[in-house]
Amino acid sequence: MPGPLADRGASGIGHPHSAAEAAQAAARDFPPLSLKVDRISVMYPNGQRALNDASFSLSAGTVCGLVGANGSGKSTLFKSVMGFVNPVSGTVRINGRPVREALKQQLVAYVPQAEEVDWQFPVNVTDVVMMGRYGAMNFLRISRAADHAAVEASLRRVGMWDFRGRQIGELSGGQKKRVFLARALAQGGRVILLDEPFTGVDVQTEEAIITLLRQLADDGCIILVSTHNLGSVPEFCDRAVLLNKTVLASGPVEEVFTEPNLTKAFGGVLRQFHFEHSTIQNHDGRQVRVLTDDERPLVFGKDGHLEYKDRTGREDLVKIRSEEQD
Amino acid sequence: MNNWLLEPLQFPFMRDAMIAGAVVAAMCAMLSCFVILKGWSLMGDAISHAVLPGIVLAYLTGIPLAAGAFASGFTCALATGYIRNNSRVKEDTVLGVVFTGLFAIGLVLHSRTESELHLDHILYGNILGIPPEIFWQVMGAGALVVTAVLIWRRDLMLAAFDPSHARVLGLPVRVLDYGLLSLLVLAVVAALQAVGIVLVIAMLITPGCIAYLWTDRFDRMMLIAVTAAVLSTLTGILVSYHIDGSTGACIVLVQAAVFTLSFLFAPKHGVLLRRLGRAAH
Ligand SMILES: Nc1ncnc2c1ncn2[C@@H]1O[C@H](COP(=O)(O)OP(=O)(O)OP(=O)(O)O)[C@@H](O)[C@H]1O
Ligand SMILES: [Mg+2]
Repeated sequence: MPGPLADRGASGIGHPHSAAEAAQAAARDFPPLSLKVDRISVMYPNGQRALNDASFSLSAGTVCGLVGANGSGKSTLFKSVMGFVNPVSGTVRINGRPVREALKQQLVAYVPQAEEVDWQFPVNVTDVVMMGRYGAMNFLRISRAADHAAVEASLRRVGMWDFRGRQIGELSGGQKKRVFLARALAQGGRVILLDEPFTGVDVQTEEAIITLLRQLADDGCIILVSTHNLGSVPEFCDRAVLLNKTVLASGPVEEVFTEPNLTKAFGGVLRQFHFEHSTIQNHDGRQVRVLTDDERPLVFGKDGHLEYKDRTGREDLVKIRSEEQD
Repeated sequence: MNNWLLEPLQFPFMRDAMIAGAVVAAMCAMLSCFVILKGWSLMGDAISHAVLPGIVLAYLTGIPLAAGAFASGFTCALATGYIRNNSRVKEDTVLGVVFTGLFAIGLVLHSRTESELHLDHILYGNILGIPPEIFWQVMGAGALVVTAVLIWRRDLMLAAFDPSHARVLGLPVRVLDYGLLSLLVLAVVAALQAVGIVLVIAMLITPGCIAYLWTDRFDRMMLIAVTAAVLSTLTGILVSYHIDGSTGACIVLVQAAVFTLSFLFAPKHGVLLRRLGRAAH
C-alpha cells in the first residue's frame, strides 16, 4: 500500500505541493491518524523498570519532540511504539488498533541511530532506500517501476539523488541520516520515529531535515523525534513530551517547556546563563548575540515564557508580547 | 591442456566428485555471504563438530544419521542463542563453549559404544569416493538451500543489515534467523560426509570473504562468491587428480590463493590498487 509520499513520487516530488493541498490529499487517502500511548509500563528482563505509567497522545500533522535526560526512557518508548518491547501494563494504539496491525500496514517508519548500522555492509544508497519498499512488494521483493519511482522521488526530496550509487559507509553523518529518512519516505510511513536525528549533523543539514519533517507533518504524518537538543524543540516541534521514566508533561511546546518542568526533567544538569547575573549591562539593550557550537540555546523571557529565534511567522506572538508591556 | 581437463572426466568417480563438489560449493558460498555479514564465521566450524553426538545417538537408535546430525547441529545453534540472550557472555565465546562440549559428548558416546561407525568417515568424508546415498543427499540439500536462499535472500539480507527496519515492516525477523540457521545446519550435514570437515568450514567462510573484497552490492557479492567457490572447487579437484594429493586440501588451497589474489588486486578494496590509487593522487 503506497503512501501519499510515494504517490507524489510518481508525479515528481521535486515540486512540493502546497501544505493545504497535501493535507487535503492525505485526508482523502487516509483515515485520521492517531497515536495513543496509554499508561504503559515497561520492564527489562533484568528487572529494570524503564517506563512507568507513561501516557500521551498525538494526532495527524504533528511534530512532537521527545525530551529527557540520558536513561529517561526515550529509546524504550520508541521500542514500545514499534512493538519491540511489550509493556507489562498499558497499551500503545495507532489509529485505535494494536501496533502489530499498524506494522503490517507499513504505517510505522523508523530512522535508526548511527551506532545501530553496519556501515561496511555491501549495499548502496539506492539499495537502502529500496528497502523501504519491501513491505509493498510481493514475497520475492522484486522491484517494479512504481518502486523505482518512489525511491527516486524520495532521494530527490532529501537531496541525495546524486549520491545514489555510493556505498552506504562512504557518506558523511548528515548524508547517512538523509538516506535513512528517504527510506522512511519511500516506505510511505505515516508515523515516523527518529531517535536522536541531529547528533553529528551540521546546522545546515539540521535545517534541511527540519524543513522536511515540517513538510511531512503538513502532509498529515505524525513525527516523533527524540533529542537532547532542547533549543531546537521550540523551533520545529508543535508538541513536546517530557520524559523521566514517566511522562512529566506533554502538550503544546509553550506549555510543556517551562522552567519548572525542565528542571523536573533534567534536575540540575542543564547549563544556565542568567543575563541579570552576567556582565551584560543595560546599555547592551537587545544587541546581545548568543553563539553556540552545535546545540541551539533555549531562551526564556522575564516571566518564564519561551523566546523564539525568528519574528517572521510569529507576528501574533510579538503582538501579544508588546501588548503585555503596555 | 584439453587432455588435462578431459582425461579425468572419463572416470565416473571424478564426474561425481565434480558435480557434488560444485553443488556443495554453490550452496555453501551462498550461505557464506550471510555468515560473514552477520559475524557468524565460527558457526560452520561449530555446527560441523556439534553434529557428532547426534550421529552416534542416531546410529544407536536406528534413525537416519543425517536426521540425528541435523538435530544435534541445530541444538548447538539454539543453545548458543539462548545462553547469549541470558548471560553477559559474547556470542562467539558461547559458541566455542557449546560446540566443544557437544563434540566431547559425541567422542565419549562414540568410545563407549561398540559400532562400525568410523569417526574419520563422518568427519573426513572423501570427495573422490562419495557413496550414492550421500551423493543424492547432497543434491537434495543443495536444491533446497539454493532455492530457499534465492527466494528469501532479500529478506535475509535486510534482517542482517537492519533488523529493526525489518521488524517495523512486519517481517518475521526471528523466523528468518532460525530459517537461516536451519539452512546452515542442513548444508553442513550434507556436505560433511561428502567433502569433510575442513572443507566445509572453509567453504562457509572463504567465498563470502573473496566476494566482499570485490563488490559493494549484495546480489553481486553472492554471484561472485558462488562463481569463485565453484571454479576453485573444480580446479582443486583437477589439481588433486594430477598431483595425486588430498582433494579437500587442494580445494582449500585454491580458494586461499583466490582470496590472496583478491586481497592484493581487487579493484576497490584490494591493498595494492588502493596503494597505487593513493600514490597517483
Ligand atoms: N536492553 C536493556 N536491558 C536492561 N535495561 C535497559 C535496556 N535498555 C535500556 N535499559 C534501561 O532502561 C532505562 C531507559 O533506557 P533508554 O535507552 O530508554 O534511555 P534513553 O532515554 O534513550 O537514554 P539516552 O538519552 O541515553 O539514549 C535506562 O535506565 C537503561 O539503563
Ligand atoms: Mg536512547
